[in-house]
Amino acid sequence: MKKILVAGKVQGIVLKSEKPINFLGTVDKKTGIISDKNHDLFEKSIKDTILVFPSGVGSSVGAYTIYSIKSNNTAPLAMICQKADLTVVTGCALTNIPLIIISDEEFSSIENGMKISLDTDSSNPIQYQ
Amino acid sequence: MDLTREEESALKGEQGEVMQMAYRILVATGEATDAEKLIPIEWAHLAGVNYNTIGDAGEEFLSGISKEARVKVKTTLNPMGFDIDNVSKYGLDENFISKQLSIRNSYETMGVTPSFSCIPYEIFDIPKEGTQVAFAESNAAIHANSYDNLKTNKESAFSALASALTGKSPYSSLRKEDTPNVTIRMKVKNPNELTYGMLGFFAGKVGDTSVNISGLGEMDRRQCKAMCGGMGTSGTCAKFLFGEGDSDCEKVDFDEKEMQTVHDELNTAEKGDLITLGSPQLGLEEISDLVGKLKGRSFKKRCMIFCPRTVKDQARKIGYTNELERAGCEILSDCCTCLTPLINKDDVDVVTTNSIKGAFYLKNSTGVDVNLKSLLQIVEDETR
Repeated sequence: MKKILVAGKVQGIVLKSEKPINFLGTVDKKTGIISDKNHDLFEKSIKDTILVFPSGVGSSVGAYTIYSIKSNNTAPLAMICQKADLTVVTGCALTNIPLIIISDEEFSSIENGMKISLDTDSSNPIQYQ
Repeated sequence: MDLTREEESALKGEQGEVMQMAYRILVATGEATDAEKLIPIEWAHLAGVNYNTIGDAGEEFLSGISKEARVKVKTTLNPMGFDIDNVSKYGLDENFISKQLSIRNSYETMGVTPSFSCIPYEIFDIPKEGTQVAFAESNAAIHANSYDNLKTNKESAFSALASALTGKSPYSSLRKEDTPNVTIRMKVKNPNELTYGMLGFFAGKVGDTSVNISGLGEMDRRQCKAMCGGMGTSGTCAKFLFGEGDSDCEKVDFDEKEMQTVHDELNTAEKGDLITLGSPQLGLEEISDLVGKLKGRSFKKRCMIFCPRTVKDQARKIGYTNELERAGCEILSDCCTCLTPLINKDDVDVVTTNSIKGAFYLKNSTGVDVNLKSLLQIVEDETR
């Protein structure tokens, strides 16, 4: 664990992508489904997942997409990234979606479908179950 | 991050939901950029105004927070989607117009100056050297840091808004002494504004947060503006310094070959069916120069000119507006080449422009082809 950027406490199942996510162009604002054919999460829904991905990319207006999915109840429960980019950082901060930055080693150890308890107040914020 | 007692209290929600949200954004941004504290800023410039970019979510969000939120410092903002004076001529749908007006209304309710301009540095007085500001528009942030002796992070739409509402911003690296680790050597002879735009685009890709540029010689205001526009488009770089930099800086040449690569990336057609000038928006000096170059000639095809409202008003008083309208130009204030719905790929296949920033967004967002030419070339080829 490197940094806690937005605090919170949730439990959920990991949806992991090896590719960065451009929220503006890749995520459907209403359904939270990845609509980019070239993305490894194509046709998967990010709703109510612990979304684990390297970082956000693209226009900072993508932060508004995060606001949209949160208002439409199709947002992830939390996000875990390798790198902090300001689109995801400000989008998560605005909508109060917990956001943690982790080391490269920890990132590679997380697998799709894992169950995670996340509590940013705890001394060990990510608990794998 | 070290927060004052008042900042902690706002973060806990003791000063209302809007302040809590604003401080959450600032603290998260500060943590992400290794800032140790928040510092006061004197001027915020906001992005996230055009309905074309922020959509229904943005419109609803702004409408919601405007009930409570008020800006604490001087706050200006980016262009919106159209010019209300002549929007009826462009057949824009009613939904777009009403949502855009709602966005305008929300910002005005919050106390934002309705400048609708991406060149705040040309239409407002520049504060004294070293003043901390928070500019979200990329070309304006680079201009402020590199040319106006101001200090800003390259803000996101939300961090600049949070700064406007709190009067504060994270003390991130660009606000301190930032030493670039790469130097671009400008080698192209006889550069025009298009060359500087391409140089900026190239430098923005190479640089991280800042970059040295050597071999610039005497650069006028317009060339500097073109370079800032190009640089802000291609990467995360938010500042350039004039000169060679330290000896251990990596050196990268920008010569004919590198320029050709940028040109080939952005120039996708040899002939346009519409000309656009103004991305960043044109200032009075550029409008005066265009009138001088036209020498009574008229455009052979549609030519859209984008400028701030204050510039349009000044241009009208001096008589430039009459002259440009005589030459067949459409003069639009409050909006810009980038992402305006007034340029639609159903009506236009190729746009001719001298703007690198404009070219990038026309190609990638509007979805039309682009023909790049310098202003001098545009006047030579496209008027009679």
